[in-house]
Amino acid sequence: MSIKIISGGMLSTVQDEGRTGFQSTGFSVSGVMDRDAYRDANYLVGNFNGEAVIEMTFTGICAEFLCDGVIALTGGDFSAKLNGALIPRYRCVKVRRGDILKMGAAVTKMRAYLAVRGGIDTEPFLGSRSTNLKIKAGGYEGRKLQPGDILPVGSGENCAPFKERELPEPVYSDEIRVIPGPQEGFFTKKGIETFYTSLYTVSAESDRMGCRLDGEAVENHGTDIISDGIAEGSIQVSSNGQPIIMLADRQTTGGYAKIATVITADIPKTAQKKPGDKIRFTPVGLETAQKEYRKTENRYRKLFLED
Amino acid sequence: MNRDIEFLIAGDRALILKFGDGIDGSVNARIRAFTALLESGKIEGIVEAVPTFNSLSVYYDPALISGKRLIKKLSALQKKSTGKVFSESVTYIIPVLYGGKYGEDLCDVAKHTGLTPDEVINLHSSKDYLIYMLGFLPGFAYLGGMDSRLNTPRLSSPRTKIHAGAVGIGGEQTGIYPIDSPGGWRLIGTTPVKIYDKRREKPILYKAGDKIRFESITESEFKEIENLVKENKYTVKTLGGSSDEH
Repeated sequence: MSIKIISGGMLSTVQDEGRTGFQSTGFSVSGVMDRDAYRDANYLVGNFNGEAVIEMTFTGICAEFLCDGVIALTGGDFSAKLNGALIPRYRCVKVRRGDILKMGAAVTKMRAYLAVRGGIDTEPFLGSRSTNLKIKAGGYEGRKLQPGDILPVGSGENCAPFKERELPEPVYSDEIRVIPGPQEGFFTKKGIETFYTSLYTVSAESDRMGCRLDGEAVENHGTDIISDGIAEGSIQVSSNGQPIIMLADRQTTGGYAKIATVITADIPKTAQKKPGDKIRFTPVGLETAQKEYRKTENRYRKLFLED
Repeated sequence: MNRDIEFLIAGDRALILKFGDGIDGSVNARIRAFTALLESGKIEGIVEAVPTFNSLSVYYDPALISGKRLIKKLSALQKKSTGKVFSESVTYIIPVLYGGKYGEDLCDVAKHTGLTPDEVINLHSSKDYLIYMLGFLPGFAYLGGMDSRLNTPRLSSPRTKIHAGAVGIGGEQTGIYPIDSPGGWRLIGTTPVKIYDKRREKPILYKAGDKIRFESITESEFKEIENLVKENKYTVKTLGGSSDEH
């Protein structure tokens, strides 16, 4: 099985759960931006082993299936059509050799995911198939998909037995929950208040590295720190006072103070924000965040184990 | 040696362990000692640990261990730490061709520092640099110990592309660009060695806690090493491998 790319869209890349274990030598984690949509898509096609998918940004791909197979689309609604007819999202769809999948622009959300039964089977690099654009490694030749690319698909022998699967699509609010710190002390009392009461707008400069925000500047005592590690969801504030939420392609280390960190449960929601969308931050405690985390993980564990 | 560490909450999947306020070798040695202990400790739920100048970021899976419990375990581990570093520290000899088209800012650095280009080369290649941390790019080493006489400010407008292997000076720091990248450091030379090489089992040559010594080479030596590197036949010279104590 393989897929031929006819057009790649704005930024479509091969991604999986990311490249962990190499941050201490400077390799970014990369991986999918919306982990929930990724796991949903894999579940729907019976990929239960962290298979790689195609992540599309704002506009989708056009592709031809070179063999029969099973696919699923999750994340944003990109008006996907198979041979000209709209197909449903959040459920598995059978495709035949020669079928053409054509995706349009995002109607909802920012990123869409295409899982194929068997997984996108490009060569792993340091244990992951995630594309790292900066160092041109992983995924398909370390770059975004282009017309003419032929993506190999796994045999599917490790997949769960086929059955019709469907899932509800998650509904998101504007509220993003964060844990204060690690460097809240670099901000004034007024700055912290601004941060938690303002409505921020997602900037067009946002990318897979970070969600950049425009809004009232967060007053600070200077935001240069001695470089330390950057966790996913870290909210850096540079000297101009504008926050940036660090996402999948973030650098491993950085020298800006971090006022707060988005909780893992709200990362998918953050990653799906489009330029112009609004964000409001709400502080929560570590225990609340970890309870939410375990709730999500248990839900997926149940989904995959009790299938 | 058993000073307290500060635990910073960096979201629900990471802790930053702060070992001190400044950049100094002894703080960094304590971090390395603790990292080695952590690696041998096998605490369930730890995903990876990233050492930086004065802290260690510990990434974990809160489905396996809660933040509260991990802090307790790490505090207990810290009490056991003697501050002695048992992990091997290797010194890598990095051949560098200084000046000319290989280091186009060498003369500017000489002018700024009031030294001759040869003096710059001698000072730069006469000592061992400690790798405090890797970050920014794969294999980008933050080095400590540059002779302060070499301090030169960064370029006022950064270059859009610096070639892999370029050796530069930026402020009080020196380092090697492991891949093509934009950057504002003054370039004084180039190494034919690949710091980051996808073909190697360990794609990054060194780790935090290792040391680097630069060795001045001629253009013909550069070409020779460059060819060997291309054929994947060059082995970087190393010294030591002994564990040091602080």
